[in-house]
Amino acid sequence: MRLVEHFAAGLDAPICLTWELTYACNLACVHCLSSSGRRDPRELSTAEAKAVIDELQRMQVFYVNIGGGEPTVRSDFWELVDYATAHQVGVKFSTNGVRIDAAAAARLAASDYVDVQISLDGATAEVNDAVRGTGSFDMAVSALEHLRDAGFTDAKISVVCTRHNISQLDEFKALADSFGATLRLTRLRPSGRGADVWDELHPTMAQQRELYDWLVLHGEGVLTGDSFFHLSAFGSALPGLNLCGAGRVVCLIDPIGDVYACPFAIHDEFLAGNVRSPGGFQQVWRHSELFAELRQPQSGGACSSCEFYDSCQGGCMAAKFFTGLPLDGPDPECVQGYGELALAGVSVVPKPSGDHSRAVPLTLSVRRPDRACDQSPVLS
Amino acid sequence: MRGLLAVLSLHPQVSVRPEPFGALLYHFGTRRLSFLKDRRLLEVVQRLDGATSIEDALHDVTAADRPAMRKALQTLERTGMLR
Repeated sequence: MRLVEHFAAGLDAPICLTWELTYACNLACVHCLSSSGRRDPRELSTAEAKAVIDELQRMQVFYVNIGGGEPTVRSDFWELVDYATAHQVGVKFSTNGVRIDAAAAARLAASDYVDVQISLDGATAEVNDAVRGTGSFDMAVSALEHLRDAGFTDAKISVVCTRHNISQLDEFKALADSFGATLRLTRLRPSGRGADVWDELHPTMAQQRELYDWLVLHGEGVLTGDSFFHLSAFGSALPGLNLCGAGRVVCLIDPIGDVYACPFAIHDEFLAGNVRSPGGFQQVWRHSELFAELRQPQSGGACSSCEFYDSCQGGCMAAKFFTGLPLDGPDPECVQGYGELALAGVSVVPKPSGDHSRAVPLTLSVRRPDRACDQSPVLS
Repeated sequence: MRGLLAVLSLHPQVSVRPEPFGALLYHFGTRRLSFLKDRRLLEVVQRLDGATSIEDALHDVTAADRPAMRKALQTLERTGMLR
């Protein structure tokens, strides 16, 4: 059995997992995977979060990708980071930079076991702020400056690739280089609020080709989190496992302890259990029905006759689900064009099963205003 | 390449997690993840710490399998998992 087949059949514990510590967020990015904004009252307490870390240590989960929401707004954020690294669970956390001041940067520079990813979805304020909100570019750059000045080495700049920033790949790389940082590119997913903006933000076919060519050229120095295996159908496989790891080698723990198959699949359909239930996370990982099902050999369905199926594996489960496509068929962004054909037949897309977006009190006028309207239509 | 009598051991920042196919190795310093694709290789790696030499750790590996094991150990040394 090849190694990748072992992975497909599931491991005793995830290689790594994503842990979203809170749904609370100071920003309201239009493509947020977890529809974050408001804090959930059922959020895990500090003691409960520490118990999860104890369990991850016992299972030898080497590191967690902490996100949110904006994880640093939790008042016990640093306490949990310290607790994890003291218990052989490494931490990589994603932040928009809001709490990365000089003191936080110095603290991070003093630790050997914490990696930081600063989210940036445009290489210019104009492109970034249109997606992430006014001022978010400056906030991220300020965080990068603090990290650099504190001597923190190798921060990551994490970019969700969209129709508006594919043309900025070289600029992103230059920006990362200027901070001694590493660029990390990931795929836009139609998950959470991403479903609302998918049609206007997902890269065009020509841009997917541009991205693929760029990754082939720069692959070694750029991280992708194995995000783009659907692009492998353009030709040679990109570096990485080229496998959907959902429920097999990765999963997501959300702020209230719900365990989902992957960070892009926060929906009842992909809910495997909760860390608060008897047996905790280990019970969910090893014995949930959903994960057992995902670890069964998957049929290629409509894709099985495609000559590229071996390299792309039918693409991303979450991307298919949230665009209303069957899971055993092409990805909506199938580079051979089969996704577009399949999408033409979709009449119903799934409703989200949860939403933590902040309410925006808006009264939409049906007539044009009398004078220039100064109110932001997107930010409360 | 190290001599037959050299001693190798697991880097102190490396954690080993046994899996049905062999093991996962994670280096907390370099963040590098490696796979041992063979349970017998895992046993050899686990024996290194108490062994007086690489050959000692390989003592119950068949002669036919030793070259592959030595090569795997070399790779682990080159990537900093062993030292």
